[in-house]
Amino acid sequence: MARVSFTQNIQRHVQCPPCEADGRTVREVLDAVFADNERARGYVLDERGTLRQHMNVFLDGRPIRDRETLTDEVTPTSSVCVMQALSGG
Amino acid sequence: MSDRCLVGTRKGLFFLERNGRWNGSGWHIARVEFLGDNVPMVLHDPRDGAIYAALSHGHFGAKLHRSDDGGKNWTELAVPEYPPLPDGAEPQKHPFSGKIIEWKLQMIWELTPGGADEPGAIWAGTLPGGLFKSMDRGASWTMSRDLWFRKEREEWFGGGFDAAGIHSVIVDPRDSKRVTVGISCGGAWQTENGGETWNIRSKGMFAAYMPPEQKYEENSQDPHIVVACRHSPDAMWTQHHNGIFRTVDGCKTWTHVDHVPVADFGFCCAVHPHEPDTAWFVPGVKDEKRYAVDGKLVVNRTRDGGASFEELREGLPQEHAYDITFRHALAIDETGESLVFGTTTGSVFATKNQGDSWACVSNHLPPVYCVRFA
Repeated sequence: MARVSFTQNIQRHVQCPPCEADGRTVREVLDAVFADNERARGYVLDERGTLRQHMNVFLDGRPIRDRETLTDEVTPTSSVCVMQALSGG
Repeated sequence: MSDRCLVGTRKGLFFLERNGRWNGSGWHIARVEFLGDNVPMVLHDPRDGAIYAALSHGHFGAKLHRSDDGGKNWTELAVPEYPPLPDGAEPQKHPFSGKIIEWKLQMIWELTPGGADEPGAIWAGTLPGGLFKSMDRGASWTMSRDLWFRKEREEWFGGGFDAAGIHSVIVDPRDSKRVTVGISCGGAWQTENGGETWNIRSKGMFAAYMPPEQKYEENSQDPHIVVACRHSPDAMWTQHHNGIFRTVDGCKTWTHVDHVPVADFGFCCAVHPHEPDTAWFVPGVKDEKRYAVDGKLVVNRTRDGGASFEELREGLPQEHAYDITFRHALAIDETGESLVFGTTTGSVFATKNQGDSWACVSNHLPPVYCVRFA
């Protein structure tokens, strides 16, 4: 299972503890996480399901390429870090 | 007489309470909620006492919270969601910039309670131009689809923001199905059936920022704010980008107000709850400059429907003041005696005599977006 962590800055709005989740893509992994934490979904993704403009997701240390449909492939040993961008503050 | 005032700012929601000790204003800052967060809109619902705070997080999007205990505890609510583009539809582009306007909530810009016969009903005006209604105190929202799917809506453009936005929602106290909205930039629109269908109601407004042949195009108007007299709701005022206009026939026709002193540019407007001819404005240098004229902060008041104005200056800074008062940042209480306004420099001023004299509540708040008596 992929390891998923969230920026500390989101924690004051909605608790997002580190966790592990199954999935073949970033979309599937985040869907699995948000299934147990629905409120967090709206802080990371917009109503179209795309990554918010000033949020970043790093997959194994690199920013994901597909911010729209989140199709970047995840392996069972991947790390997924949900971060806020320096922009948008 | 309201003894509490809510001030939404760039960095938090401030609670002012009357009978304080500060500065002789009669108000003091009692506390702050959401410190550090952008609060573009706040609503006190007089029907049930609830307070709603719209937040606009730079990273995490637009959010909405409600307090049922005067602001001590808050519950996060649902936010309006825009519909997906219809299958096969081309992405809509801004009429001027050509940039794609995504059908996504950018900001909650206006919150207004529904009528007295609609407990729990709340209207929300948003960017990029969607109007929504909740019938369950913000737990869920429904878009007013007729307005959003009109062809005219595709011609709306931003004023202040890149995207168009609905900043004014007025529910007629005689008939809660009669609702008027103000849009920057899309003019004024009105429904007689609770939002099922809409008609444009900007006749008489004019826009100097458009080519001459389109000056009176109703759909291109930029009413910065639209307000109605509570006890004479057919009497409305707007501080428009190109001056002050008023209507006395429920928006059928708007009349330009000539000979406004200091400047006829500004953003905010307040009307007396019982006297439709009495209104207040805070003027500024027009268009892209936007600061208090000559560095002197002034409130304009008319008592005769705009035939004449008084320049109210007592207690307001008269040198090196560069404040602008945003469209939601001037409020009047239910008596029509007390007004409070907040400015871009984080100053808040209050009067208890209709503006004859003002006192400073604070010079040190974050930029003020919204003021509401509660």
